[in-house]
Amino acid sequence: MSKEVAKERSMIIQKEMMTRLFRDLGNARETGKKVVYTFVPGNISELILSFDMLPVYPEINALQSGMRKKSGGYIRDAEQHGHSEDVCTYVKCDVGMMLNGNIGPTGEKIPSPDLLLLSYTGCFTFLKWFETLERLYPGVPVALLHTPYQEAHKITPEMTAYMVKQLKEEVIPKMEKVSGNKYDEEKLKAILRNSSQVEDYIVKIFDTTKHRPSPIDAYFAGVYYIGPINSGFRGTPEAVDYYAELYKEILTRIDKKLGPITPEGEMEEERFRLVVEGPPNWTHFREFWKLFYDMGAVIVASSYTKVGGVYDMGFRVNPDKPLESLAEYCMNCYTNLNLEQRVELLSKCITDYHADGFLVNSIKSCNSFSAGQLMIMQQLERKLEIPVGFIESDLVDPRYFSYSNIKNRLESFFQMLEQRKMIVTR
Amino acid sequence: MNTLKEIAALCEDLAFDLSFARAREWKSQEAGRVVVGHMPIYFPREIIHAANGLAVGILGGGDKKLIIKGDAYYQSYICHMPRSIVELVLDKHFEGFDGFIFPSICDVIRNLSGMFQLMGEGKFVKYLDLPQNFKAHIGGTFYRHELQTVMDEVFKLNGVVITAERLNHSIGLFNLNRRLICQLYDIRQDFPWRMTAADLYHIVRAGYVIPVEEHNGILEQAVRLIQQETGDPMDKIRVLVMGAFCEQPPAGLIRTIELAGCYIVEDDFLLGARWIQGDIGTGSADPLEAITSAYLEKSTFSSSVYDVGNPKEARLLDLIRKRKIDGVIFAAPSFCDPALLDHPILQKECNDKNIRFISFLYSENTGQFKVIKEQVGTFSDSIKLWD
Ligand code: SF4
Ligand code: SF4
Repeated sequence: MSKEVAKERSMIIQKEMMTRLFRDLGNARETGKKVVYTFVPGNISELILSFDMLPVYPEINALQSGMRKKSGGYIRDAEQHGHSEDVCTYVKCDVGMMLNGNIGPTGEKIPSPDLLLLSYTGCFTFLKWFETLERLYPGVPVALLHTPYQEAHKITPEMTAYMVKQLKEEVIPKMEKVSGNKYDEEKLKAILRNSSQVEDYIVKIFDTTKHRPSPIDAYFAGVYYIGPINSGFRGTPEAVDYYAELYKEILTRIDKKLGPITPEGEMEEERFRLVVEGPPNWTHFREFWKLFYDMGAVIVASSYTKVGGVYDMGFRVNPDKPLESLAEYCMNCYTNLNLEQRVELLSKCITDYHADGFLVNSIKSCNSFSAGQLMIMQQLERKLEIPVGFIESDLVDPRYFSYSNIKNRLESFFQMLEQRKMIVTR
Repeated sequence: MNTLKEIAALCEDLAFDLSFARAREWKSQEAGRVVVGHMPIYFPREIIHAANGLAVGILGGGDKKLIIKGDAYYQSYICHMPRSIVELVLDKHFEGFDGFIFPSICDVIRNLSGMFQLMGEGKFVKYLDLPQNFKAHIGGTFYRHELQTVMDEVFKLNGVVITAERLNHSIGLFNLNRRLICQLYDIRQDFPWRMTAADLYHIVRAGYVIPVEEHNGILEQAVRLIQQETGDPMDKIRVLVMGAFCEQPPAGLIRTIELAGCYIVEDDFLLGARWIQGDIGTGSADPLEAITSAYLEKSTFSSSVYDVGNPKEARLLDLIRKRKIDGVIFAAPSFCDPALLDHPILQKECNDKNIRFISFLYSENTGQFKVIKEQVGTFSDSIKLWD
């Protein structure tokens, strides 16, 4: 492992983008910009941008709090305010952060919302989360966008029509009222044209893991790559530039036959290629990642990088049909796919990216991901005869990250992969 | 049956018959009949009835089913009911069921629908996406289409055309069913000593697994009998139990609460049976529209429906007033996000309004009630002593 960790240009661009966003949020009251709280899966940030409003994603705040080791305290505070130990820790982390002054990752206060946009896709807890926020911010209007589930393996015209009507008659009028701006379809189309380019880049970037060695880690680094599209930049020219730069860097790595960059430099030997299902743990992110790169394990695809949109099955926004496109985008997010579709998507990843093993990181907090994961695992094992592994942790509750437990399980899993490789080679 | 106790005992047997014998027997009595299982909380059973079908409520294995294989399908931090449902599938308890409906109430039930699909259980599996938009031309249109999809699935199985007349007839039977259940609750509110909450629970729950006509007969008898004086009033507090709308508390827990100094005069145990508040019109040329409008306009409160513009606190207070409640018991299944995320909101309201409450968690197979009994006993004593 090389210890040289030089920051690539794309990393610097991303950092600047995020700093600017949080600065804009910090200045929102002075600049008069209105602030919309919304969620990552099914985030219709293009529509928010078309009204010149600023998005805030409570999940992103929660994960940032996890990475900054603040979430444990926030969760305890929320529990002292009556929240159960048993529920999603993102919600409790967000409530705790608010009880502690709502200070964001850059140290600036995150402004209160002017609109709560509940575009809930793939997770019922979002409903409950916003019911809670509605009480913490009394009087703030709520715009609800119900995203039907792909229960029958497809998006029907009725599902799209239902969503478009909600957009036209519930969401847009509320956005017009809050922002004081009229809905401008041409502006939205222009933003969506950028989104469509960004989506192309996302697919190309995550498809580079076909190479050996894989030039990127599609989980641990992947969560950084999806940062801009999941925090309000999808549809912006900055996002197009960022992804163009990132893609260029990755192509250079492929030319040079370089493996992925880790916090300790380049991974030199690729020993295992894995597909991972489930979100990562944020409170011990670095330690968690290290357990993989120390063993030469690279993640060649992950479902988590698809929570904010699934593009590798062909979906792209169509700027000529802006509202229909936004609706279909929401319905296409990973946790809005039914279990069979999830199995299919994961099998495709395993096959296309020549994975040696499939690993589930099951998150205590998250019923949306976790319920059914064991069956997904069984199905893939049976269908593809691939070794499967299972670990458990939580998103932002440090009490549920057991380093030794995870290490032991991963070691056994890697041993199993090693043995299998030997058998296959023989 | 001459007494409420006899009725309740029969209903208890029916309600917890995990072989679903009565449903199977009913199906076998006539060609073309279908049996469709549905998960909590609410499903308009009228549309299955009108298609010559029986909608059977699936509420898990409770404390009657030992979990051996189901645990391999769920992590420890997911509520208990889905694993007992999977156990029932694997042990073939649903053999002969034609289809399954999964109303959209939470991610666990949603993903369970996918597991049924993957296991190939039933001839159809339908996740019924209940709209969160309550405008007729938006959520109503969508919901109507969802119901039509269910009706189309059943039609594929038995070819029964649901005419307006048939559907109106079914609506009438379920209107009567809800009216009778509400009557039982209303009478019991004034005379809770005449029938235990567990007996009432069993009588209502039997309706989930037998034809509505038979259940209406049972309810009519129960309503007649509860009007006669039996037993003696006791010095107990009047409580509302909330949070138990999906995974059901074991009957032992319901009994424990009443043995520990409480009368449960309101609850959300089998909320689906009373989901629609009032009657659905029976004279419409378009009865599916009537069912749709009833969902939009007459649904009760639920943790699975966003309460924008209809705050849950206000509805809790209404119930407390209506049922003259002394204290609230928040009882929720472990790991149930919908119920548990409501509790801080509702408990804050109780605190603000000086309403006493306690809370605890259970699972459908909880077998030890000692701690809960002590907790409830102390709660009841404190209210009796100080209020
Ligand atoms: S349950 Fe999962 S998807 Fe839903 S808010 Fe919590 S972490 Fe996010
Ligand atoms: S008990 Fe709660 S979490 Fe479990 S299936 Fe029912 S509603 Fe969902």
